[in-house]
Amino acid sequence: MNDALHLHYFVDGDDFTRAGEASANVKKTLRQIGVSPDAIRRVAIVLYEGEINMVIHANGGVIDVDIAPDQITMVLKDTGKGIADIELAMKEGYSTAPEEVRSLGFGAGMGLSNMKKYSDEMKIESTVNVGTTVTMKVNLS
Amino acid sequence: MTPIQLAEALDLKIISRGDGDERTADGVFCCDLLSIVMGKAKAGAVWITVMCNINTIAVAVLADVSCVIISEGYAVDEDMVKKAEEQGVCLLQSSLPTFELGLAIHNLLQL
Ligand SMILES: Nc1ncnc2c1ncn2[C@@H]1O[C@H](COP(=O)(O)OP(=O)(O)OP(=O)(O)O)[C@@H](O)[C@H]1O
Ligand SMILES: [Mg+2]
Repeated sequence: MNDALHLHYFVDGDDFTRAGEASANVKKTLRQIGVSPDAIRRVAIVLYEGEINMVIHANGGVIDVDIAPDQITMVLKDTGKGIADIELAMKEGYSTAPEEVRSLGFGAGMGLSNMKKYSDEMKIESTVNVGTTVTMKVNLS
Repeated sequence: MTPIQLAEALDLKIISRGDGDERTADGVFCCDLLSIVMGKAKAGAVWITVMCNINTIAVAVLADVSCVIISEGYAVDEDMVKKAEEQGVCLLQSSLPTFELGLAIHNLLQL
């Protein structure tokens, strides 16, 4: 684990049954390079939540993952409808998920709080009708 | 106790064995909302839910639960079984309601 490793993913906005592929792939990579199970679990969960949000709320987007020896940085960028009130969106239980995804088990309004809880740093930048960029970092030591 | 031993003791249907012979079931978590499971379920727990789709399996892998039990006799479709087999997830099924199943497991594991 000397050099930083960069991974890039395109997230399809139509197919949330396939969402989770970036998360699964990053998880596999981290396992191969010997990252601790706890850090892998946290990275996989925050990425999955972010990926699902891009599919359900923003019509897809791109994910960039930087793996450095001491830290994993994930940037999830979409050009969706944006988040008008980030503080409100962060509240546990707040969700605008449509009925058809609720029937699949999404829409608890817990995704963003999970991302905050399991990452060491999280930043959301969003402009209504322009898009949302979520940056999360997980420390490896 | 492994998830497979638990399935045998409680007469649960084994839909996918996955890693159910290697894991240790050491808790119970009941919930149908996926983000709550990812936020709160502990690794190794037995997860009981009626939510039957491939996202259930993805979340089971992420949360690292020891097995998934579909309660209330809900039907499991082919895609879900395939995904469980692919991912090595132990998937079980029962006609019991979620609470009764959870209580039976709680007692069996002497939690
Ligand atoms: N990338 C995004 N683009 C636009 N809106 C978003 C985005 N991510 C989150 N939101 C908004 O923030 C709300 C809360 O998100 P959060 O992930 O916490 O819950 P959820 O996705 O609705 O349900 P859950 O994640 O529990 O299945 C969403 O319902 C949505 O309104
Ligand atoms: Mg979400």
